[in-house]
This record gives sequence, structure tokens and C-alpha cells, in this order.
Amino acid sequence: MDLLEFTFMQNALAAGVLAAVACGVIGCYVLINRVVFIAGGIAHAAYGGVGIGFILGLPPLLGIFGFSLLSALIMAAASLKAKHRIDSIIGALWASGMALGIILVDLTPGYNVDLMSYLFGSILTVSRSDLLVMLGLCLCVIGLSAVFYRGFLAMAFDEEFARTRGIPVDRLYFLLLCLIGLSVVMLVQVVGLILIIALLSIPPAIAEKFASSLGRMMLLCILLNLVFILTGLSLSWILNLTSGATIILTATLGYFLAQVLESFNRKRTIQA
Amino acid sequence: MSPPAIAIEHLFFAYNGHPVLEDVTFSVPTGDFLAIIGPNGGGKTTLIKLMLGLLKPNRGHISVLGLFPDKAAKQIGYVPQQAGFNPRLPVSVFTVVLMGRMFSSASWRPFSLNDRRAAEQALRRVDMWEYRQEKTADLSGGQRQRVMLARALVSDPKLLLLDEPTASVDTQHQTEFYDFLRELNEQATIVIVGHDLMVLSSYVKSVACVNRRVYYHDQPEVTQDMLDMAYHCPVELVAHGLPHRVLPKHEEDGD
Repeated sequence: MDLLEFTFMQNALAAGVLAAVACGVIGCYVLINRVVFIAGGIAHAAYGGVGIGFILGLPPLLGIFGFSLLSALIMAAASLKAKHRIDSIIGALWASGMALGIILVDLTPGYNVDLMSYLFGSILTVSRSDLLVMLGLCLCVIGLSAVFYRGFLAMAFDEEFARTRGIPVDRLYFLLLCLIGLSVVMLVQVVGLILIIALLSIPPAIAEKFASSLGRMMLLCILLNLVFILTGLSLSWILNLTSGATIILTATLGYFLAQVLESFNRKRTIQA
Repeated sequence: MSPPAIAIEHLFFAYNGHPVLEDVTFSVPTGDFLAIIGPNGGGKTTLIKLMLGLLKPNRGHISVLGLFPDKAAKQIGYVPQQAGFNPRLPVSVFTVVLMGRMFSSASWRPFSLNDRRAAEQALRRVDMWEYRQEKTADLSGGQRQRVMLARALVSDPKLLLLDEPTASVDTQHQTEFYDFLRELNEQATIVIVGHDLMVLSSYVKSVACVNRRVYYHDQPEVTQDMLDMAYHCPVELVAHGLPHRVLPKHEEDGD
């Protein structure tokens, strides 16, 4: 427990908990609406915002905020207007956002930001003020998710039927992608965009196998996130490895175990 | 006399420039039990979606229960084609049925006791109450279909639109299903898309043939009249219904 005496470790844990909660909720919406690829696109395109922030001398968070919301809106509009081309549009935004970020950072004189820290984050260097911003964004994301829980559920289950009830499916879809964008803003500097994608896709895929309702799926997801983040952080400390990557591999191992457990369960039900 | 349940006048609809429906004019009287038949790609589902307000006509006029379709949609019970819903979503049968009364996307208005009672009633009517806690993904095709029907009934609709509801149901349950619909027809106008007219014809009151154009027949059986109409509409009804199939190709059939 002496680990926890370090302030940076306390901050890392607090950031981990916030990431677990936000990704647990949004990850479930991402899975049931099948927008993992879009989430990946938004997360990567956000790097363009880092570049814009640097070249204009603005705080990177502001650039990321503008850029990830913008790419979320473009992707939402594209998937509503040109569904058959959405794959290409996501791919293009994904790559060009990153490229723009890298070139703008190149062009910024006298400053060199580490691309790796945006890919894998730097959870061990989270400051108190970072935490406050994270907390604010987390409350915002969770609040909106809770308010529109029912609409998201209906949209995910049967979009067309939801429309016949008068549920504003198009607007909810925009909101969903903006919530993904906000989660990216909240987490990219802390846990990195690779870990965001991992936390948005792996735990929900596990929770889906065992949960009986969307609400329980979210709770299970948050729990799994906490387990993976805590285990990953401890392992990275003990083995002196990159924290983000260790958390991801822990989650991957968890996914593998869940697969085995599920097929084992299924066999037992068949035999019974 | 009450206004017709559905009135369509000179309706045109094209999808990406390809005409799907052309100059459609017919009306469905209140209390009707209408079967919509026609070849695949003939525009049956498009017609249903126009009635629901999910699609807008390019030209012409459609009114449902005397209203614009999207205004009337809440009074319509809609049973979509089987593959319509997301099987990966963990959601209970009871919640799915409640979605039929979910007229707001916000969660702060909890479902009222009325909503829950209506859902219970609808589930009991389709004999699925004991499955209320099950996940929809774990149900068989026939059970899912009954849940979809309960979801359509839970809002006490004046009009029921069913799009090939029996596609994945075995014949014995189909008969049960149609018997049930006949009962429902005492309170609601029913429009059903199907392909097996021989089964349908003993239940419905009228038939509409859809193949880009719509031919409405206010007769329940395969009559000489209908056969004449069918000359304009080469669909399965003739092949299934008669020993010697007379199937002249549609004059305007370009493809």
C-alpha cells in the first residue's frame, strides 16, 4: 500500500476511476449502436486538434475539444446522409486528422510534443487541475447519458420503430457521437487514444455476454474497467512497463478468459 | 361513414432515382383487413414505410387516420420484418413491449402504472407474459414475432401495419397468428404484407397487388375479377392459387 503514498499514484488512480466510469457507460452505447469504428475515427482525428492547439499557442485541450466535436459532427452527418460511404469517410478523417496534427506540430517552432504520449497517454503525470477538468467532463457525459438512456436504448434496439414513436433518432445519434467526442477530450491526454479505444470496445464486449439489461451491462463494464485499470497499473509499476499498454493487455487477457468461460458455460447448459 | 383509415392519391416514390411506386391511388376503409402482395422489390415494404411516415412521397398525397402519416404514427401499431431489431442488445421482453409506449427519449418521465399495465395486458394477449424477463435474443423466431406483436398492440392502435410478420414462423403457428389477427380486426384496421395468398385469403377482406403500381381489390378470395387484375400484376397468387398457371408478364415490366 506504500505505493499510494505518492501523490502521482493517487492522481493516477483517481484518473483511472473517472476513465473507468465514463468509458463504462459510453462504451456500452458504442457497442450496442455498433459505432466502434467511428469512435476510433473520432479519437484519432482528435490529434489534429493537438496540432492546431500547438501552432496557435492554445492549450491542447481546447484544440482537442474543438476537433473531436467537429469530427463527431461530420461523422454523424455522413452516416445519416451517405450511409454507404461512411467507412471511407471515417477512414479519411481518421488518417487526415492524425496527419494534420503531426504536420502542425512539426511546423511549430522550438517545441516538440511526444506523439507517443497521445497514443498511450501519461496517466502517471496527471495533475490536480487535470483531474478537475476530467471530473467536470465525466459528470457532463454521465448526466447526458442518464437523461437520454431510454432514447438511446430504443434507438439501438430498433431505430425505425423508435422513429414511429416520435423519438428524435437523428438528433440522438448526433448526441451519441458528441458524447464519444467528449469522452475522447476527457481522456486522451491522460490515458491516450489507444487505451480509450480499448476501454470503449473490450469491456462492453465482455459485459454483453453476461448482462441481462443495458443498465447492468454498464455497471459490469465500469467494474471490469476498474479491475483492468488497477491490475494494469500495478503490473506496470511492478514490471516497469508502459502503463497504458499494460492496462490494454490486461483487458485483452480478460476478454480471452471471458470467451473461454462463456463457451464452458454453454457446454454445461447443453449437457444439462 | 367514417373517413378511410388510409387514403392515397396519385402517389409517386423513387429511391435514388429508381421509381418504386408510380401513380398509386387507393384507400383502405376503416375496419378493413387488407393483404398486400406482390413480387419482391415490387414496393410492398416501401408502401408500408410511406404509411408510417418513415418515407415521404416524391409526389402525391397520403393520409392515415385523417392525418399526415408521421402525425398518425403514434396511433399505428407496427410489426416490422423479422430482421429489424438488434440482437446484441441485452434487453428484456417486458422493456421491448414498453418501447411501444415510449413517446419521449428522455428518461425522467418514468413509465406510468398505465404503461406497465398495458404492457402486461399486451404480453398476456400474445401469451408471452411468462417470458417477460427473458432477453429477446434468447427467444425463438415465433416467440420474437409475438413480442413484436405485443409491442405493436401496447399503444392500443387503431391501425395495425404488419410487414411479412410470419416469415420465420411454421405453418401451424401461422394459422394461430391469423386467427388472432382476425380477432384484433374487430377493433382495428389491419394491413398485412404477405406472400402466401392461399393462407391469407381465408382471413382478409381485401387484397392489394403491389408491383410499382397498386391494384386494390375489395374481395377476400381469388375471383375472376382479381385474376383479371393479376394480369397486370404477375405475382405468386396466381401460381399458388390455380392449377394451371396463367402468368403473362407485366406489360410495363422493364427488368
